[in-house]
Amino acid sequence: MSSNFMLLPELILIISSFIVLLVGVFKENSYKILNFIILLTLLFLIFFLIFYFDEKKNFFGNFYSVDPFVNLIKLFILGSIVFTLLLSKQYLENLKLLKYEFLVIILISTAGMFVMVSANNFIVLYLGLELQSLCLYIMASINTKSTKSSEAGLKYFVLGSLASGLLLYGCSLVYGFSGTLNYLEISKFSSSQLISLKFGLVFILCGIAFKVSAVPFHMWTPDVYEGSPTAVTAFFAIAPKIAAIAAFVKFLNVPYINYFNEWKLLLIIISCASMFLGSVAAIAQSNLKRLMAYSSISHVGFILAGVTISTVQSLNAVVIYTFIYVIMKIGIFSCILTLKKKENYYENIYDLSGISKNHPLIALSFTILLFSLAGIPPLAGFFAKFYIFLSVLEQKMFYFATFGLLCAVISSFYYLRLIKIIYFDPPKDNFDQIKSSGLKISIALTTFIILVFFIQPSLLTEITLDVIKHIK
Amino acid sequence: MGWPILSFLIFFPLFSSLLIFILRGSEDQIKKNSIFITLGATAINFLVSLNLWYDFDPKASGYQFVEYKKWIINFVSYKLGVDGISLFLILLTTFITPLCVLSVINSVKFRVKEFFIALLLMETFMIGVFCSLDIFLFFLFFEGGLIPMFLIIGIWGGERRVYSALKFFLYTFLGSIFLLIAIITIYLQLNSTDVEELSKINIPVNLQYYLWWGFFISLAVKLPMWPFHTWLPDAHVEAPTAGSVILAAILLKIAGYAFIRFSIGLFPNASLFFSNIVFVLSLVAIIYTSLVALMQTDMKKLIAYSSVAHMGYVTIGIFSFSKQGMDGAIFQMISHGFISSALFLCVGILYDRVHSRLIDTYKGIVNIMPIFSFVFLTSSLANVGLPGTSGFIGELLTLIGVFKMNYIVALVAGLGVILSAAYMLWLCKRLIFGNFSIQGLGKNEKLLDLNLIEKIMLFSLIILIILVGVYPNIILDTISSSVDQTLSSINRQIIIKKSLVY
Repeated sequence: MSSNFMLLPELILIISSFIVLLVGVFKENSYKILNFIILLTLLFLIFFLIFYFDEKKNFFGNFYSVDPFVNLIKLFILGSIVFTLLLSKQYLENLKLLKYEFLVIILISTAGMFVMVSANNFIVLYLGLELQSLCLYIMASINTKSTKSSEAGLKYFVLGSLASGLLLYGCSLVYGFSGTLNYLEISKFSSSQLISLKFGLVFILCGIAFKVSAVPFHMWTPDVYEGSPTAVTAFFAIAPKIAAIAAFVKFLNVPYINYFNEWKLLLIIISCASMFLGSVAAIAQSNLKRLMAYSSISHVGFILAGVTISTVQSLNAVVIYTFIYVIMKIGIFSCILTLKKKENYYENIYDLSGISKNHPLIALSFTILLFSLAGIPPLAGFFAKFYIFLSVLEQKMFYFATFGLLCAVISSFYYLRLIKIIYFDPPKDNFDQIKSSGLKISIALTTFIILVFFIQPSLLTEITLDVIKHIK
Repeated sequence: MGWPILSFLIFFPLFSSLLIFILRGSEDQIKKNSIFITLGATAINFLVSLNLWYDFDPKASGYQFVEYKKWIINFVSYKLGVDGISLFLILLTTFITPLCVLSVINSVKFRVKEFFIALLLMETFMIGVFCSLDIFLFFLFFEGGLIPMFLIIGIWGGERRVYSALKFFLYTFLGSIFLLIAIITIYLQLNSTDVEELSKINIPVNLQYYLWWGFFISLAVKLPMWPFHTWLPDAHVEAPTAGSVILAAILLKIAGYAFIRFSIGLFPNASLFFSNIVFVLSLVAIIYTSLVALMQTDMKKLIAYSSVAHMGYVTIGIFSFSKQGMDGAIFQMISHGFISSALFLCVGILYDRVHSRLIDTYKGIVNIMPIFSFVFLTSSLANVGLPGTSGFIGELLTLIGVFKMNYIVALVAGLGVILSAAYMLWLCKRLIFGNFSIQGLGKNEKLLDLNLIEKIMLFSLIILIILVGVYPNIILDTISSSVDQTLSSINRQIIIKKSLVY
């Protein structure tokens, strides 16, 4: 037991989800108190992980491992869950969706993400991935009164199962060819020694690329983002993305490290396609959530550009990008959740034209976040892109870098269009004042981080650089 | 030097903008207070920059008032400093910004608070650009300036403001990605982004070629150089007066400054190698945009095209690699800063009264507005390059410098002077002389001549135009040693390379 205390976070998550389930069943209207207790639990877990940050251990005969990289990703996930809870409460209350099930599902999916990140074995990876995916399918369709929500859930489920199937098939190929599913043992094979492992690589790559919604496995993203309740969309855009990217990085750099030359080209194509499609397709969107879906596709493209290079520098850039991306998305979705007038939530981009007059502060934060998403210095979004392209150029991949930056210019157009609607168009609607303090906190905090990040970027980069050494 | 004067110059406007941000109260109060704070802050900044000039030692070589702090570990340092070249551009910035504040007191009617915040942010970024001695820091300020300018054009601009703002932003952003790639490459190849250190290294010539193009594309868009100039007329026409003034007087100078500091200073061989391309593009700009300016019906557009033409002189001066040419280019930048501000302010004054920028609207306004006409005519003549005004010195020195290098270029550029006389004087003829009539002006409305604030703004500019025109040594003495130093280091590098080749 004494050596296994690093499994506590997962255990606590599972146990607390059972407790929430029990309390929720027997006690009515318990959402508020449960929400509070869960926030406390999550904060405890955050402190726990910070305290035992440097712990490095393998469990269950190398099935499961904990190291600083994993801990950092888990911290990101926990942080984003806390923010999700903060910003979703009022929204769910208004849509009469304030069910304790929501909390249970969030907790279980968090546990799934933890397993996914810690997995050191393809079967464990699959289990974690499925655990969180099943929760996400339910969350997408949590608004049972809305056909769109149910449609989103179903669509996500069908396509997600397909991706899981591919992943599982890849795992079986890996097992068939190598006789093992363990990351560390597979990493001993070199590409000349066992060329057939490539087949497994491709299938597993497809499965995980689906989860990060990289082109060409992105089809579900816009529909699911649009159909799901906004608070759930916010959750989709952050926490599962972090986990999937971390699993992606780990999968490529631990078992398949010797196959670098094989997967490099695949990833370059995926990355370029994601950057380009995410940038171009978003121009025609008029639904904010759909637009954000394409925006996250293009951001995933940038992140994958860093994954492609797979040097210490570039993985460092990936972690930084993921962090900043999550912060920006939390801020943006908090802003979207403020667009409310009498129980109605607005999602069309032209509805934004009201806010600069009546809600100058939200408009300002929105603008800062959008400029940051577009990657304009000195905001944090610029540094995220900067570190990625620094590592790309380090490998002398000039065309790749130029292509990526051109996509950044294209994508800046639709962010600017949003800013145009916010500030340049005549005001239209009067939105309600925000009452939820959770929303206020998350908007203020994220904007603040985005604004002041440039003062000392080294604060983050030093931590991430240390952490990256554990997988590279 | 006891206190960080450059950091103060950069961050004081930022600090004041935060102060305006937290202002509360009724709309009138906010308006009054924000004007008061902005005017005070920019005036203080101007006084501080005068102090900078006073303390500046024109004889000393190298950078002065250097501030150095470690910033991003192993990568970028926060390094500031000025030499003779950047000193006057900083002074120009701190001098023009209060004038902009004065010019908008009555013309910005809504979102006054936000306007002044944007203006102050703009000042922060512009001074930062001229002070930074680290390429990455330069890039941050260079790009950051896009945000306030985009908002200034887009929110307070004219009818087609959205189109112009987007065009301005996307053009500049597109150009700057090449700058970013070049900067990252410099860092990766040479392991430093410090301008002082880099100018000591002899960068391999092949690498210089690539880097030069990276810088050139971005700066050519910003300058703007033909054929990348099309955003400028749009941006100028739609921007509010203060925006046009900042754009013409300062933003365009950033690129000229960066050409001297980076393109020439760091990549002399590449600059020499590609100088003919620059000459051709500049000459096309001078002749072509002057011809285009001739046919404009919109005053602001005419002045915008004339700005493009005048920036052509700046680039040929810089790439002439001679002392006179370089002196002339810097002088031309400063003089054009004064002249274009005066012209844009004049157009703004007319627009505030009549709400039309079309030349046909006005006829013979000298009969009603004699003082205005005097100012307008003086600055037009200065724009043409009449001896005794600052425009003359700039063009003369530039042409002398170029003549040494390539007399055909000088000849064609000289033609541009005649063309500029044609479009400016024709503008004056149509606008100022003849019988008075203004379309669209009601019978009971009266056209007032300049009021006190406008007189202060315009006459301070006119006095400076004539002062530097008559006694150019105020500027030339101070920039001389910096220019000498730049040129000598360039010549040294070029000679080294030549001796290696032969």
